Amino acid sequence: MLLGECAHVRTGDKGDIAQISVIAFDPGEYPRLARRVTVARVLGHLAGVQVRSATRYELPGLGALNFVLEGALSGGVTRSLALDAHGKSLGAQLLDLSVDEDDQAGEA
Amino acid sequence: MIPAHIRIGAGAGFAGDRIEPALELVERGGLDYLVFECLAERTIAAAQLQRQRDPAAGFDPLLLERMRRVLPAARAHGVRIVTNAGAANPAGAAHAVAALARAMGMAGLRIAAITGDDVLGLLRQADYPLVDRAGTTADLSRIVSANAYLGAGPIAAALAQGAEVVITGRVGDPALFVGPMVHAFGWSLDDAPRIGRATVIGHLLECAGQLTGGYFADDDRKQVAGLARLGFPFADVAPDASAELGKVAGSGGALTIASCKEQLLYEILDPGAYPQADVVADFRSVRFTARGPDRIAVTGGDGRPRPDTLKVSIGYDDGFIGEGQISYAGPGAVGRARLAGTIVEQRLAIIGAPVTDVRSELIGVDSVDRRARAPAVEPAEVRLRVVGRSDSAEAAALIGREVEALYTNGPFGGGGAVAAVRPVLAVASTLIPAVQVRPAITLVEA
Repeated sequence: MLLGECAHVRTGDKGDIAQISVIAFDPGEYPRLARRVTVARVLGHLAGVQVRSATRYELPGLGALNFVLEGALSGGVTRSLALDAHGKSLGAQLLDLSVDEDDQAGEA
Repeated sequence: MIPAHIRIGAGAGFAGDRIEPALELVERGGLDYLVFECLAERTIAAAQLQRQRDPAAGFDPLLLERMRRVLPAARAHGVRIVTNAGAANPAGAAHAVAALARAMGMAGLRIAAITGDDVLGLLRQADYPLVDRAGTTADLSRIVSANAYLGAGPIAAALAQGAEVVITGRVGDPALFVGPMVHAFGWSLDDAPRIGRATVIGHLLECAGQLTGGYFADDDRKQVAGLARLGFPFADVAPDASAELGKVAGSGGALTIASCKEQLLYEILDPGAYPQADVVADFRSVRFTARGPDRIAVTGGDGRPRPDTLKVSIGYDDGFIGEGQISYAGPGAVGRARLAGTIVEQRLAIIGAPVTDVRSELIGVDSVDRRARAPAVEPAEVRLRVVGRSDSAEAAALIGREVEALYTNGPFGGGGAVAAVRPVLAVASTLIPAVQVRPAITLVEA
């Protein structure tokens, strides 16, 4: 199963920080997200995106995870050379991350 | 008398937002208050430069158009307006709106300007550490603006003084909504749990259409009808700072638990600690319940006492970005575009162009998706983009010029070349003691 089949995402920016929420369509799928959508697997899937640090916040009551990728926006929206300076498209690039329990790809 | 609830509408989620949804809210939404959020991170820096050229300028250029469209209905329905479109010149904006109102036959309209967010003078007197990177404010050599994120207090005070339109510069976006709540319900700003819950409501509304189905639609499970006439949201806020969210019947979009969850976390870092001028809000206990079509109840949320510092957004001149683009199509398009990019980078070295951070990428292959995966199928067309920075506009322009030179000197079949140079107003952040910032209110009557 791919992430986009069981969760939806939204991407925001603050300075040089990209923020991606991952939200279960069915809150019953939250434990799977918590097990499978780890910081290591997210960074592995977004290889090519440079970050200084990455943090995952857990929101079981909302069935959601919140990823904070510091330094991911090439210096920040206001000075980045990137075409997508806000990193708005980053979350969508996560949708084809495998969340199968037996898929070892991207394990740290 | 304390009302049973107040209805606050979100009329704009960014400076260039559509105007009709706000008019729809004012005419048919039964609002008490309408908020226009129009100030992105660097907007004030650009506005400050405009004000230096023209002392009467420096506020959102769309403000007067928005007011011209909504003021008659707002006055007829008793809807009071709060906006941060004052940017670098809230007082100038208030006088301009007063002149507009007089010209429209609305003499007597009371407009308040909130100032005091401009802390450039304070920053010039002392050195403060930057919060989003190494270094201090002294390292930013060409600062053009510094604005503190004010809280809801001055907005509530301006409404208490009878303002029908409140125009601010930089305030925390949620505070634009919390201000009317504090005024209407008589809350204490020291009631951190309640102000925390109010901040949740303000945060949900601040991006307007992003709550009602904008920035949401996707195939299959995320279909949204009527995005071309997306309705903007309102909140019916109760005195306990819970709320029901809704939108005007018949408008486009979809207000759902899923769209609410996405917007709740939008641009939030630690959901347990969202620092604002008035409170450190905690979003973790927020819950959504569907009450009907496009009708969602919001409960929960919490807050802890306000920090003793205010965030300050600093705009500074960061040189120029130069860019060129050119397209290739047909078999071998990717290879020809890559060759073209290499040629441009070699040319910039040969002519000794004083440019840095030059990068070339193919739009359609690896410009936005940087995961560097080979496309499964060769794209029918690609567009080369070469971009870099320089301290001078003339040097930055060399990048685009070398891309245009590919027409006659590069691989075959390059078309649609464009070149551009833009000045960079970058933004950095620091924190300053809140006690040093003194908001002020100026009332202007049309």
